Amino acid sequence: MWGKLSLEAIPYHEPIIMGAVGLMALAGLALVAYLTRARKWGWLWNEWLTSVDHKKIGLMYLLVALVMLLRGFADALMMRAQLALAAGEALGYLPPEHYDQIFTAHGVIMIFFVAMPLVIGLMNIVVPLQIGARDVAFPFLNSLSFWLFAVSALLVNVSLALGEFAATGWLAYAPLSGIEFSPGVGVDYWIWALQISGVGTLLTGVNFFVTILKMRAPGMTMMRMPVFTWTALCTNVLIIAAFPILTVTVALLSLDRYLGMHFFTNDGGGNAMMYVNLIWAWGHPEVYILILPMFGVFSEVIATFSRKRLFGYTTLVWATVVITLASFIVWLHHFFTMGAGANVNAFFGIATMLIAIPTGVKIFNWLFTMYRGRVRFTTPVLWTLGFMVTFTIGGMTGVMLALPGLNFVLHNSLFVIAHFHNVIIGGVVFGAMAGLAYWFPKATGFTLDETWGKRAFWCWLVGFYVAFVPLYVLSFHGAVRRMNHYANADWQPMMIIAALGSLIILAGIVCQVIQLVVSVRDREKNRDLSGDPWDGRTLEWATTSPPPFYNFAHTPVIAERDAFWDAKRRGESPLPEARDYQPIHMPRNTGAGVIISLFAFGLGFALVWHIWWLAGLSALGAFVAFLVRAFATDIDYYVGAEEVARIEAGRPAHPTASSSSLHEQPQEAF
Amino acid sequence: MAMTHPAPQAAGHDHQEAGDTTLFGFWIYLMSDCLLFGCLFATYAVLQGNTAGGPSAAELFELPFVLGETLLLLASSFTFGLGVLAMHRDDRRGLNRWLVITFLLGAAFIGMELYEFHHLIAAGAGPQRSAFLSAFFTLVGTHGLHVGLGLVWLLVLLIQVNTQGLTAMTRPRVLCLSLFWHFLDVVWICVFSIVYLLGVMS
Repeated sequence: MWGKLSLEAIPYHEPIIMGAVGLMALAGLALVAYLTRARKWGWLWNEWLTSVDHKKIGLMYLLVALVMLLRGFADALMMRAQLALAAGEALGYLPPEHYDQIFTAHGVIMIFFVAMPLVIGLMNIVVPLQIGARDVAFPFLNSLSFWLFAVSALLVNVSLALGEFAATGWLAYAPLSGIEFSPGVGVDYWIWALQISGVGTLLTGVNFFVTILKMRAPGMTMMRMPVFTWTALCTNVLIIAAFPILTVTVALLSLDRYLGMHFFTNDGGGNAMMYVNLIWAWGHPEVYILILPMFGVFSEVIATFSRKRLFGYTTLVWATVVITLASFIVWLHHFFTMGAGANVNAFFGIATMLIAIPTGVKIFNWLFTMYRGRVRFTTPVLWTLGFMVTFTIGGMTGVMLALPGLNFVLHNSLFVIAHFHNVIIGGVVFGAMAGLAYWFPKATGFTLDETWGKRAFWCWLVGFYVAFVPLYVLSFHGAVRRMNHYANADWQPMMIIAALGSLIILAGIVCQVIQLVVSVRDREKNRDLSGDPWDGRTLEWATTSPPPFYNFAHTPVIAERDAFWDAKRRGESPLPEARDYQPIHMPRNTGAGVIISLFAFGLGFALVWHIWWLAGLSALGAFVAFLVRAFATDIDYYVGAEEVARIEAGRPAHPTASSSSLHEQPQEAF
Repeated sequence: MAMTHPAPQAAGHDHQEAGDTTLFGFWIYLMSDCLLFGCLFATYAVLQGNTAGGPSAAELFELPFVLGETLLLLASSFTFGLGVLAMHRDDRRGLNRWLVITFLLGAAFIGMELYEFHHLIAAGAGPQRSAFLSAFFTLVGTHGLHVGLGLVWLLVLLIQVNTQGLTAMTRPRVLCLSLFWHFLDVVWICVFSIVYLLGVMS
């Protein structure tokens, strides 16, 4: 009846896990109690859960990402604590099988359920506003994408309370992840969480690709698009091209596990090396999916806060396009040691080193944008500067790893761990933090507290170096990744320093939580009435903060690259005069995304535990829910011209003249 | 420009645009589906020779049977095309007729494929036998699954077109399904050439 599921699946005997589950259950109960007491369920359902508004969906992505960041970071703290203790005779407090699950969960959560939703959340909030659109091309699919992602995050968290998570490393290399060596449900949780959220990600890729290509405001040619939109476009190309590879790879692994096939098994003619190739043919583009939009964030931030046009817009765009294409011909550098031969390794080594060139171009773009600019050292700028230093160091260790000869020595050592945290924390996390601080007032209507934001930044920056430089050092002494104990007690001091570093990062995260609380408390004081708190350059600052649900009462008309800056300098607004409103065509909210995704959750859970009747029922439920949606005809409506006029009249006056006295630094200096 | 649009006219315009966007989005989805099949073809190419002592492609495949399948699918693509032409003439009866014929041809294709799979499994050449057969069943089965989903979609659309009529919502859907159907035809031609023809020759 219940497949492999029984009461024994609950890990009673693990106090750490039960504590975490208890804490999460308490937090969930508190939330439910609050919503019930405040009678907010209807509001939650109508205003948020069923919303197809890209700005609200974006905020929900960011919220889930930040919650999952806490979960993933707790895993990191546990690992660092274990390694600070488990030297020589001491064994620490985490047994190997639990430690293995923790580093797997840490990687999976941080990449799929923190970094991805940060990227997609920012794209949701910003891209339609930057291109002057009223929503994305397919608003319902956008809601569905979010909910598929959200239930996958839920599935990963359920694995904590019921059963186990994969103990295979975040990419679940076969044959270790095959049924022979991983007979438990951990890998199955991994499989279905990735497949369900992967469908959502693919839909997002298609949705935003079409949005950017088809829905730009009149006059916005490709080379007038804001840089963040350009990088988002490239990221969506990568999603469309790379995620099918992940889908196939994980599907083939499931066929091996569920139906006894022989794709990656040791027997029956299977080929485990093919798994490694396939997963990295997706995996390498994936890291560019994460970093490219952050390059866009830094470009917007540095141009705005230097009060200058971005230096070398065209080179930056082409550098992004080159990286997009080149990201598909470097995947083998993740496994030079597999034995593909000297020539193959040489090709991929050189290709990898070449990709550093367009990235280097960008660093100079940002440096020259700041050069002779009036730089304001706000929180987003601090994150950007921290990124430029940290990411460059990470890039250089990356070039070291790209040398096949050196790679044979460094492979699987802590050097690799230090390197990719160097680029992912220094690049993706710092970028997301810069983007959050930069666009937070646009999404919510009030700015984040600067003091706590700066404290958070310094803790993150210092903590990062204290936590990861020791790993570079240890790697030269032979320390490898994924070990929960080491015999050589000489390593312990460095391990303790690294653990202290993670505590400094923890202080940074605490600062961020305080920052959020303080900012919400003081929101009336920090309200952004102008819609343009930073003296911005692109269209999202031309509307109020937060924007009305239709974004722009009139479709803006674009004549220049930095459309809003250009208009402000001429003392105009890119938006036509505030009269002659026309009816606005908008999509209706729908619960279909939530309902289909809940059935998808049931399907994933049932497949993990082999509860076949529930799987069938859930699949049927999702199908019927989709059919109901397909037959619905009342899916859109018009906001009447009078209604638009009423909403517009209630908004603050437009700030065109306020910043017209500011002058741009001359570009001719170069 | 300063004139306010009457809502119905604006609606017609927006829906036309929405239909174009839907078709463009569906093209992009098909490109990603194409990559999905590309991965399966690559997997098959790698594992083709790994028969693990079991039967090989040359011993298993019967070309005349597969040619029959191919002709059914090609014919169904043609009839779908005629259906779309009928739709452009606003001839709903013609559209119905051709879509039903397409459905029957597609269902016959699936029937033949299921018969082939059953036959192979009964002969001890199931997907668990060897890596080659795992890759074969997965590639051809994924195509079959797509055709099967296409058949369900076709049924749903037939109901929708006949209850809701040819509207700004249903028209782009018929066009999307026709793209999907022709796309599966192209994929099948690759399956026929790479899996069956090359398999029998090897």
